[in-house]
Amino acid sequence: MEKIVSVKNLKKAFNGFMAVDDVSFEIGKGEILGLLGPNGAGKTTIIHILLGLTIPTSGEIKIFDMELCKKRREILNYINFSSSYVSLPLSLTVRENLRIFAMLYGIKNSKDRIDGLLNDFEITDLGDKLVRKLSSGQVTRVCLAKALLNEPKLLLLDEPTASLDPDIADKTRRLLKRFRDERGLTILYTSHNMKEMEEMSDRIVFLDKGKVIAAGTPDDVVKEFKKENLEEVFIGVARGEG
Amino acid sequence: MSVHRIQAIFLRQLFLYKRSIPRLMGVLYWPVLDLVLWGFITIYLNQYRGTLPAFVSFFLGALILWDLLFRAQQGISISFLEDIWSRNLLNLFVSPISVSEYVISLMFVSLIKIILTASVSIFLAWLFYSFNIFIIGVSLLPLVLNLLLLGWAIGIFTTALILRFGSQAEVLAWGVAFLFQPVSAVFYPVSVLPYPIQVLAMWVPSSHVFEGMRTVVSGGGFPVKELTWALSLNLFYLLFATLFFFRMFKAVRVKGLLGKIGE
Repeated sequence: MEKIVSVKNLKKAFNGFMAVDDVSFEIGKGEILGLLGPNGAGKTTIIHILLGLTIPTSGEIKIFDMELCKKRREILNYINFSSSYVSLPLSLTVRENLRIFAMLYGIKNSKDRIDGLLNDFEITDLGDKLVRKLSSGQVTRVCLAKALLNEPKLLLLDEPTASLDPDIADKTRRLLKRFRDERGLTILYTSHNMKEMEEMSDRIVFLDKGKVIAAGTPDDVVKEFKKENLEEVFIGVARGEG
Repeated sequence: MSVHRIQAIFLRQLFLYKRSIPRLMGVLYWPVLDLVLWGFITIYLNQYRGTLPAFVSFFLGALILWDLLFRAQQGISISFLEDIWSRNLLNLFVSPISVSEYVISLMFVSLIKIILTASVSIFLAWLFYSFNIFIIGVSLLPLVLNLLLLGWAIGIFTTALILRFGSQAEVLAWGVAFLFQPVSAVFYPVSVLPYPIQVLAMWVPSSHVFEGMRTVVSGGGFPVKELTWALSLNLFYLLFATLFFFRMFKAVRVKGLLGKIGE
């Protein structure tokens, strides 16, 4: 399988505190990798490092076989990101926001692509509404549409369905899987919803206190911890029960 | 350097102002208020002129020019804050936009804001007080350019501090330009300042601009020396501010603070 992301011996220390401690993993083309772990495990730090927002203390990161530290801006053309803690300018309409991001990614004839994404996320009727007038779930869907504007090869999603109701969350997961199947989109995903992780992820990397404590398919990890499901694994780790 | 990315940030600010009356008021309210206040003070003091020629021109010219500097600085700092307030900064910096493209686009935003502000101020000064700033003649252009450069330098420096220290440094966006006002000798000649501050004023480009303006208004001709000083200092400060911004951007990436700005 073609490697899209390769992370080797990644470390990040903040004032002596190891937020990411010797983490290594790879993601193949079209794969959905779930990053899992309690709060403070280092998931968001890893995503920020992969986006070039945070500079690691040490380690090697290659995306599309290019070194992130040397080719950051070139790589950013082909990846995108969405998170529940990031929003969009509230005083702009949905279409205005998407048009601006289309320009940032150098997309020509962006109107058709924007229309297509609004349709995919079932938010066509919100196109001319100000973002401030949308519910948090609707903003999340607009942010996800933004994240797919440049037809990324790698999508980094930090708790993307946190503010969605179960119906929309399910539709969003199906949509992301459809993009993966149709376009070979590779996804790195974090969520605190363990059922979602089991459903979405081909493989998971389980983090605790910055270290990888388990990796493999969701079934493998559940078996390794001798639990019934990922939720039990998660609770056990979070409570220090091993 | 990509034109479409610079256009994107510029367009984002344009959309923001298009339908926001409070933001438009912010661009127009203070200049108009200053102009009304200082205009009346000038009219009052003008009754006692006698020894001070071109009194109205000194004051109102200085007022309009000072406001250009202030707006140029705010055009950069406040535009940056808009992205923090809307939690949009991460979206921008995970796109392929470079720091230089972002800063240049904010400079364009600032330019549009000062054109808007200056147009209103100049028109009102002419309407209310029959003051025509264009009596300064061709010198007006380099004077304005120098104030614009200094406003950008202060704006970029302030923005770098906000980037590094987050919301606790936001207050700088509103007040930092006023630190330069006393030493810039906006409404009085540098010679009235105490000697140590006169020495300090030599290193402040705006003091040369306002001295230059007074020279022109008094009929002293094109202020070559003052403008050369101002331009040299401005280019140095603009370079310094830009390098400082790059340094802070890197420091923020090392400390992992980019995702926490605005919290």
